[in-house]
Amino acid sequence: MKEAVELLAKHDGAAHVLAGGTDLLVKLRSGFVAPQVVIDVKAIPQLRGVESDARGFRIGAATSCAELAEHAAFSAAWPGVVEALHLIGSTQIQGRATAGGNLCNASPAADSVPAMIAAGAICQVAGPGGEREVPVEKIVTGPGRTSLGRGEFVVGFRLPKPLPRSGDAYLRLIPRTEMDIAVVGVGVSLALDEKGVCTHARVGLGAVAPTPLLVEAAGKALVGTRIDDAALAALAAATSAVCKPIDDKRGTVAYRIKVAGVLARRAAAIALDRARGRNA
Amino acid sequence: MATKHHVTTTVNGDPAEFLCTPEQTLLDVLRDVLYLTGSKEGCASGDCGACSVILDGRLVCSCLVLGVEAEGRDVETIEGMAHGDELHPLQQKFLEHAALQCGICTPGFLVAAKALLARNPDPTETEVRYWLAGNLCRCTGYDKIVRAVLDAAAEMRGN
Repeated sequence: MKEAVELLAKHDGAAHVLAGGTDLLVKLRSGFVAPQVVIDVKAIPQLRGVESDARGFRIGAATSCAELAEHAAFSAAWPGVVEALHLIGSTQIQGRATAGGNLCNASPAADSVPAMIAAGAICQVAGPGGEREVPVEKIVTGPGRTSLGRGEFVVGFRLPKPLPRSGDAYLRLIPRTEMDIAVVGVGVSLALDEKGVCTHARVGLGAVAPTPLLVEAAGKALVGTRIDDAALAALAAATSAVCKPIDDKRGTVAYRIKVAGVLARRAAAIALDRARGRNA
Repeated sequence: MATKHHVTTTVNGDPAEFLCTPEQTLLDVLRDVLYLTGSKEGCASGDCGACSVILDGRLVCSCLVLGVEAEGRDVETIEGMAHGDELHPLQQKFLEHAALQCGICTPGFLVAAKALLARNPDPTETEVRYWLAGNLCRCTGYDKIVRAVLDAAAEMRGN
C-alpha cells in the first residue's frame, strides 16, 4: 500500500492505477492515456475480497464484479448494489471489472455508482497522509475527474449493515437488454418502521449530469410517508428536477429527464417490496 | 523502448515463460510471442469476446489483460480444448450444428461456453444467451451457436 502511494505521488499524473483494466487498457490502446508507470493494485491484499462484521460490509476496491455478485451474504444484504455491479459489461468484463475502477473511471454513466450512493457507501482512500474516508458521492467531480489528491487511490468501500425492513434496488434504461451504456440509472435505498412508514431513503442518479448525483430531495419525498402514489410522484418529480443531461444518440434531454423520474419510481417500488420482505 | 519483463506462467497446463513489454496485452503475448494464434483480435476493446481466455478459472478478454499480469497465473486458451485429434464436445457440436461460418469468433465462443459449462452444466437457453452476450458473431445469428452449446451440455451430462 505504502509503495503504491509513493509511486503515485512520485509520478503525479504520469502514473495510473490498474485494477480490472477494462477501462484503462482501452485508453492505453487508443493512446488516450500514456502513463510512465502503471500500478497493478490487485496484488495488495486490502484491495481484495469481502469482509463483514456487526457494522456491515467492507469490500476491497479491486474485487471483481463477478466475485461480489457471487458473495451470498453481500448479495442478500445489498441486492441493488449487486444488480448494478452485475450490469457492468459482459461475463468477460464481470471477471475483471471492479467497484473501485467503476467509481474512479469517473464516467457519469457508471452503473455501480448511483447504487453505492443510495446505499450510503463510504469510500476508503489511501494517500500520503494516511487513510481517509469519503462518501462515494464526493469522489467524482466531472467526466473522467475525481477529488482524489496527489498519491491517493481508492482502497475499499464500507457499506452499513442493512436496517431492519430495508431494501435497495438499481434500474437503468438502455435501448437493448445487455451490453450498453446507461441512458439513465437510478439507485434507491429505503427503510420502514414497524408501521410501514418510511424512516430513511436515499436516491442515487446516474447518466443525467456531469457526475452521478445524490438526490436528497427525492429521498426526503419518501421519508414520513407510507410510500403511496403521492410520495412516489413527489420522488419522481424531485429526481427529474435535478437532471442536467446532455442530448446524444442515446437520448434527448427531455427524454432523459422524464425517464429519470419514471425509473426512480420503479426502483423505489422494488426497494419497497424488498423492505417489506425483510423483517430482521 | 521499455524494458521487457520476464513472466513465468502456466498455459494450458504447461509451464510457460515469456518476455514482454509493460504495455503488451496477454492477447499480444499469446499470439505474437507464444504463437498461440487461436485467440483472435476482433475489437481490442473488450466488446467482441474473440480473444476470450480463462484466467485462474475466470472467463476474461485477453485484450484487456496485460501480459505481465499473467505472472504466476493459470491461462487456458482454445489450444488447450481438444485432446490431440479428439475434439472437445463443444467443438464437435459446433461442427454438427454448423455453428460457425467465417470462424473468427469461434475460438472465443468455445472458450466462453466451456467456462459456462464448468460452472453450470445444465444451463437454460436464457442463461446461455446472457453468458455469451459478450461474444459477437456477425455471421450465424447466434441461434446455431446456442443450440450447439445446449446440445454439448446435454451430451457432457451424459444425456
